[in-house]
Amino acid sequence: MSGTDGVVASGRAAAPADALRLEGVHKSFGRLEVLRGIDLAVAEHEVVCLIGSSGSGKSTLLRCVNLLEPIDAGRIHVLGTEITGRGVDVDSVRRRIGIVFQSFNLFPHMTVLRNVTLAPRKVLGLPAAEADARCEELLVRFGLADKRDWFPDRLSGGQQQRVAIVRALAMQPELLLLDEITSALDPELVSEVLDVIRELAAGGMTMVLATHEMGFAREIASRVCFLDGGLVLEQGSPAQIFADPQEERTRQFLKRIVDAGRL
Amino acid sequence: MRKALIAPVVALTALVLAAAAGAAGARHAAVAAGCDKAGLPLVTKGMLTIGTDNPAYPPWFGGGELKGSKWKIDDPATGQGYESAVAYEVAKRLGFGKAQVMWKVVPFSQSFAPGRKKFDLFVNQVSYSPVRAKNVDFSASYYDVAQAVVALKGKPIAKAAGVAALKAFKLGAPIGTTSYRAITDVIRPKPGPGVYDTLNDGVTALKNGQIDGLVVDLPTAFYITAAQIDNGVIVGQLPAVGGQQERFGLVLGKGSAVTACVDRALAAMRADGTLKKLVGTWLAKSAGAPILK
Amino acid sequence: MIVVVIVNSPGWPAVRRAFFDGHEFTSSLPEISRAFLTNVEIFCIAEGFILVVGLAIAVMRSLPGPVFFPIRALAILYADIFRGIPTILVIYILGFGAPALQLSWLPTSTVVWGIVGLVLIYSAYVSEVYRAGIDSVHPSQDAAARSLGLSRSQSMRHVVLPQAVRRVVPPLLNDFIGLQKDTALIALLGTVEAFRQSQIDVAATFNFTPYLATALLFVAITIPLARFTDWLLNRDRRRRQSAGALG
Ligand SMILES: Nc1ncnc2c1ncn2[C@@H]1O[C@H](COP(=O)(O)OP(=O)(O)OP(=O)(O)O)[C@@H](O)[C@H]1O
Ligand SMILES: [Mg+2]
Repeated sequence: MSGTDGVVASGRAAAPADALRLEGVHKSFGRLEVLRGIDLAVAEHEVVCLIGSSGSGKSTLLRCVNLLEPIDAGRIHVLGTEITGRGVDVDSVRRRIGIVFQSFNLFPHMTVLRNVTLAPRKVLGLPAAEADARCEELLVRFGLADKRDWFPDRLSGGQQQRVAIVRALAMQPELLLLDEITSALDPELVSEVLDVIRELAAGGMTMVLATHEMGFAREIASRVCFLDGGLVLEQGSPAQIFADPQEERTRQFLKRIVDAGRL
Repeated sequence: MRKALIAPVVALTALVLAAAAGAAGARHAAVAAGCDKAGLPLVTKGMLTIGTDNPAYPPWFGGGELKGSKWKIDDPATGQGYESAVAYEVAKRLGFGKAQVMWKVVPFSQSFAPGRKKFDLFVNQVSYSPVRAKNVDFSASYYDVAQAVVALKGKPIAKAAGVAALKAFKLGAPIGTTSYRAITDVIRPKPGPGVYDTLNDGVTALKNGQIDGLVVDLPTAFYITAAQIDNGVIVGQLPAVGGQQERFGLVLGKGSAVTACVDRALAAMRADGTLKKLVGTWLAKSAGAPILK
Repeated sequence: MIVVVIVNSPGWPAVRRAFFDGHEFTSSLPEISRAFLTNVEIFCIAEGFILVVGLAIAVMRSLPGPVFFPIRALAILYADIFRGIPTILVIYILGFGAPALQLSWLPTSTVVWGIVGLVLIYSAYVSEVYRAGIDSVHPSQDAAARSLGLSRSQSMRHVVLPQAVRRVVPPLLNDFIGLQKDTALIALLGTVEAFRQSQIDVAATFNFTPYLATALLFVAITIPLARFTDWLLNRDRRRRQSAGALG
């Protein structure tokens, strides 16, 4: 709809190299208009953090990108391909985009290894041995090698969330969406998960994170976007957003965070 | 043991007979000492309660369905049909007028359930057997019966000329009947028998081709071919099960004081030709089927 | 206490003779057991079909979106109708009605029609059980599977159904015990199975003990079935809670 505005607002040219580009994305649940024209571009290897108060639409935005929610208006491009047009193969889009949820959503009836190998085998059609090898390598890399035959019930929250990340990575996604992946974790487990994200960022993974961990956002983000009223109200480098926010609403939000001792 | 396929008894004929005989007739018919109706342990004082199954089928019962009556197909209280006529005659000889006979619906399986009986007599083509007689009283025979095979015209089974020729066919019978034993003990066919809750289900199975032949007692066989199916035929009568002449008896509670009195009444009816006459009136058409050896 | 009251009741001797006659029991048991094989056969065949048909109906009912509305509506109609009609009527209508059409390609076998009737009825019940199971799997499980690129049917097959089925094993078993007992209804069509055989014996002797023999046979097969299900559930639980035992 207002696609060109979006590009201008993001302050960068709409290059095909953008890993992700949203143009005027609208989304309502019944009468509730959650997204009212989101414009956002994410370059390859960029790490973008979405912040905003609860209910501001961060999760909804990520779910729309992954086509878990259909959007009402606007356009979404992933690596130069529009994914919101008619006749798009939803499954093949999702194959290229990994998403990790706040509540892990591991499959409780499968072992860790089967959780991780399910999609490579069923979706990519890898032979079992090849899928196992690929996934075991990932499990080793993220310190989960000894858990491969465990069922999720028996894992700690941090371990479960790391498995969920590995499960997404096993599909070798070009874009990773992370939705408050630490907010269901006990504080002492948060760091083990954040370490994983750090490592991924260092490896050049393009990521969009919704998070309440402002300290972490400041450390890892190439860009921070503040969502408010269904729009990207303000965005910029972490230094700029956290030290010198331009918008009154952003200041209020950050003040509340500081008062709550989370920054 | 023919059971209940077919139920009750009595009717206009009995009415007419009773009217003709008059009050005096009823008295002379009363059976000897100890059988005075005032002294008998009856379900309802002063009344003879007779049970049979519903619906009541011809030729055992007659008179058709009466408006406002609970009885289907035929109504035992009309006095028409063989069993109804016999029941009223027995009642008369025990000193009960027509108005003192009460008909009650009693399913076959209830007739021998343990506990107090809800009837004084049960008449429903029940065949006597020594094993059954351990659990209920049977009266003397009021009808000597044979089993017969009913089939559809033009089917291979209709040409069977002997018992051995029936072995290849799927046969059916109503449950609780000697007809069933005639299949398993006399014919011994290769296919297992079909066994039905009611005569109607058996007839339906025959019409549907689910069985080739239906085994029932001979009078019932005549009724089925005459009234229930268009293209039915009686293949023939079967030899008696175990070589014993099969006979229908009235069913009474085990050790009932009424049994001896009923037996005396039936003996008198046999001696003076009454039974023969009733057979002539109601079952005359049920004779003359070929006998299968 | 109850036993004392029963044993001292005035009708007890007659009841004992009618229902607990040792001789009748031993003489009727072999034939009833043989007839019971028919019940077991009917049960096994029907159960196989019911598991598949019930699942198919449940999956049809869970298809989303307006495109699938007609299929959903059909599945709902089916479940409503066949849960509504008394089993005995369905068996009567099919068993005596279908062969009455006199179509040569339709089977006339009462066992076949009895099984068809049981499958129709119990698939309706079982589809509801499956559906409850599918609904009980949190939508986030499906979302997680879909987000990995699994198709709708792959997600159903590998993620949703395995969890749904595990959860509904106890109610499924319940329905199967009901099914096993309802195999006796095929007697209505003329088939001599255990119940009908015992009726025959009862009618021949005017003694009720054969019913007791039949009842014991039904119980004798229900108990192992129930224990087997318990064992399955326990094994599954143990497996999920123990680490690493199985690859
Ligand atoms: N499936 C849905 N149906 C109806 N309303 C929904 C649905 N999903 C989200 N919403 C509503 O949309 C709004 C935005 O929700 P969303 O989960 O995107 O917020 P959020 O920014 O992720 O919040 P939080 O920080 O608490 O996770 C909320 O008001 C929420 O109630
Ligand atoms: Mg959220």
